[in-house]
Amino acid sequence: MVSKKKIQLGLLVVTGVLMVILLRLVQLQIIDGTMYRQQSENNRLRILSSPAPRGIIYDRNGVALVKNVPFYSVYIMHDPARRVDTAALSSLIGEDRQDIETRLNRKDNSPFVPIRLKQGLSFQEVARIEARRSDFPGLFIQTDVGRSYPFGKTGAHVIGYLGKMTPVQAGSPAFSDLPPETLVGQWGVEALYDKQLRGVAGGRVIEVDALGREHRLVRQEPSVRGKDVVLSIDIRMQQAVEEAFGDKAGALVALKVDTGEVLALESLPSFDPNQFTDGISSADWQKLVEDKRKPMMNRALQSQYPPGSTFKIVTAIAGLEEGVITPDTTVNCTGGISYGKWTFGCWKHEGHGNVDLHKAIRESCDVYFYEVGKRLGIDRIYKYAIALGLGKPTGLNLLKERAGLIPSTEWKRVKRGQDWYLGETFNSSIGQGYVAVTPIQLALMTATVANGGSVLEPTLIKDPKEVRTKSKIDIKSETLRLVKNGLSAVVNEEGGTAKVAESSIVKIGGKTGTAQVVGKTRGLLGERYMDHAWFVALAPVDKPEVALSVFVEHGGHGGSAAAPLAKKAIEAYFADRAALNKETKTGAALPGTKSPGKERAE
Amino acid sequence: MIHIDRRLIRNFDWITLLVVLFLTIVGIMTIYSATRPAVGMGEQPDFYYKQLVWLGLSVIMLFAMTSFDYIWLYRLSYPMYAIGIMLLLIVLFMGKSTMGAQRWLNMGFFSFQPSEFFRILFIVAFSSYLSNLGSDSRGSIPARGLIVFCVVPLILLVKQPDLGTAILLLALFSTLFISQGISKKIIVVVAIIGLIALPFVGHIVWDGMKDYQKNRLIAFMDPEVDPSGIGYHISQSKITIGSGQFFGKGYLNGTQGPLRFLPEKHTDFIFAVFAEEWGFAGCLVLIGTYFILFLRGLDTAAKAKDQVGRLMAIGITAMFFIYFVVNIGMTLGIMPVVGIPLPFVSYGGTALLSNYIAAGILISIRTRRFELFY
Repeated sequence: MVSKKKIQLGLLVVTGVLMVILLRLVQLQIIDGTMYRQQSENNRLRILSSPAPRGIIYDRNGVALVKNVPFYSVYIMHDPARRVDTAALSSLIGEDRQDIETRLNRKDNSPFVPIRLKQGLSFQEVARIEARRSDFPGLFIQTDVGRSYPFGKTGAHVIGYLGKMTPVQAGSPAFSDLPPETLVGQWGVEALYDKQLRGVAGGRVIEVDALGREHRLVRQEPSVRGKDVVLSIDIRMQQAVEEAFGDKAGALVALKVDTGEVLALESLPSFDPNQFTDGISSADWQKLVEDKRKPMMNRALQSQYPPGSTFKIVTAIAGLEEGVITPDTTVNCTGGISYGKWTFGCWKHEGHGNVDLHKAIRESCDVYFYEVGKRLGIDRIYKYAIALGLGKPTGLNLLKERAGLIPSTEWKRVKRGQDWYLGETFNSSIGQGYVAVTPIQLALMTATVANGGSVLEPTLIKDPKEVRTKSKIDIKSETLRLVKNGLSAVVNEEGGTAKVAESSIVKIGGKTGTAQVVGKTRGLLGERYMDHAWFVALAPVDKPEVALSVFVEHGGHGGSAAAPLAKKAIEAYFADRAALNKETKTGAALPGTKSPGKERAE
Repeated sequence: MIHIDRRLIRNFDWITLLVVLFLTIVGIMTIYSATRPAVGMGEQPDFYYKQLVWLGLSVIMLFAMTSFDYIWLYRLSYPMYAIGIMLLLIVLFMGKSTMGAQRWLNMGFFSFQPSEFFRILFIVAFSSYLSNLGSDSRGSIPARGLIVFCVVPLILLVKQPDLGTAILLLALFSTLFISQGISKKIIVVVAIIGLIALPFVGHIVWDGMKDYQKNRLIAFMDPEVDPSGIGYHISQSKITIGSGQFFGKGYLNGTQGPLRFLPEKHTDFIFAVFAEEWGFAGCLVLIGTYFILFLRGLDTAAKAKDQVGRLMAIGITAMFFIYFVVNIGMTLGIMPVVGIPLPFVSYGGTALLSNYIAAGILISIRTRRFELFY
């Protein structure tokens, strides 16, 4: 039964709890009442986010490749208690009145988060709005960080650009802490190192009075500036390349042979990253995407073609290492060889006469390399090509690379279901037929030859903490010496196919190549049917520092079209380095005097 | 079955009726003030009018409940409870959800929350069950009763999730159980098991909670965590109440509601709006009125003619009291934010109707306190 005692207990509980509530009311309304009254009168919280300045991207010589520029937007702190004269506001900021009203009356608007009305204001607009701001309580201008690219199209494929977050990005965890419409890296290094460059946005919570004036700072979190990124590329080298290419399409990749640092990576035609920051118009975007010359394609990584005679470097190394030739082996070139009903010609129809290895490389004799290829067989060529870094992505993480292709008997059996023919070995040994490479692969192959057999992972960061060696190939130093001599002869000896690339600044070695375009053999003319020109180079040839590959789309012959570009790029790099060395020498005069003493002390 | 004679009218519990009517009128006035638009920001929304219509319906239901002997509630309590459980099941599978919780059942012309009625069905059925056990049960309860009246409804409510009603149910279960008489041994055992199980249960409950519920708890522990986010409701509610000071800003002179600084101003936080406009003085009157309601409820329990009436009176009074404490405690920042309305005052038709039904039962028990079994 419910006893009287229990009812009394209930009464006690009720009374006690009500007393607690009354006491709390006394505290809030009487003791602290004045304070709360004050707060309710000033009660207008506003959150302003202050974006972090984005890290700067520098080239290897400390030249800033990007600039942070102010980016103005106009916001309104919309107080539902006040009617806004949207007609006047519309004429002031130059946005559609309907559009403003939609933004103001969105259901999910929060009374303490400002509403953006327009972004990317010009200086004139900012001045006009500031002057009349007092007519519109709660209206204010916020400065965000925008980006400009002083070098424009140069290096655009490496540097990339910023753009508004895409809906997919906004939904992904990597961007979850960013406010919508934030500019984030969308291409190139800007995208690759976005997290590092971005920094951490700060914020201010302020209380504003009835007129929207700042009343008190409630809380502030300073923004943390993004970290800078120092790239391995040399922007002056890139400029020299771009200039040298002129209207031609193509790509150039230069690597530092001991570290894998990318010194230059140019793909032309290029695009202007500046047109993306303010939000590219869909018409402009359409134009870029539909451009027949494909400016948005990174040819250095994404175009693959037969390497032509540059591949003879691989054939020569394989021949020497496998012992099927010696430096003294000679082949008589009569302008071509016959095999069955086919004839495989040398580019020099009258023939080279008796050819040894040195002359074969220097003058790019096809017949000599047919013979080497015949003695090796395709599978041994395959082995060396792969070991030198061809036929697979190089691992530069800028964007998805194409893999290229090095054929083998197995490949043909699996992919084509056919046997391999000797004629195909002939074609392959001079880099035609099935063989396909990307410009960056060819640069990596050249760097591997230059550094004595280490296939490095290319990187865009200057002075990488660790040099990543993907694989190593043992090549006899005698083989390397012979091949390098040959490459030097191509540029520096009479009869060399790239005599035009001889430089007075630095001794360059190289190899020309021409990728045949189907159609030319059928007698078609015009640029569309011109061959693609290749050139690979290393410099200085005696103690290589730089290795590069040049690819010129429909450029014609490698010697005339591609080699001069390589020369200009290499000269730009070494001129830059010389200038820099001079600076450090004069700058380091004082510490320099110290070092002998230090040595003595040790 | 229906006796409307002079004795009934003479014994009618006018005080309880006047108290709940007063509270509802205050509620409608406050709803009007809370939802009134800021100057020049559109028309007065019709919340107050809807609530007025619901009041009419509720008063009719109240008189209907008082018109027959609650012995009929006792007799029909089990089938009605079964229907209540079924409604909870239906809402779980076909209910429409708001704010991450599934509580509403769409009836075509209007939608209602079955859990609002379920709490009354629960009180009636559990009181009947306990009174059937009789006093010789010696303070224990068969496992069957525990499952039917505690485990099953709790699971269904937590699943919705309607944490507010679940907590209420647990509290009512304990209250009624203790009222029935409980051996000291059981209290000790339950207390020990409870203490041991607390960390595990806490863990399970925390994991089972939706994010918005977790946020409310975090904000209650530390409102300064994020004064513009989670803790926003609480700090704004405190500002609203505190700014009323002793005499209030005056009716229709509050600013926090119309300026949209206070969320849920006409439902869960309506007390804050009232306190802003009427001040401490008004709060004294309001809380005093509730005090009369609780006293009257307890007195009804003490005077009820039978055990089932006594238990029902205690259950209903406890329900009003728990809602009142949880709601006001929340707006005062001394309890976590649980979406529980202030009985009779907050906007909400289903809740008002079910509270009037409950008040009707209460009045019915008091009115028939002298009647004998026949």
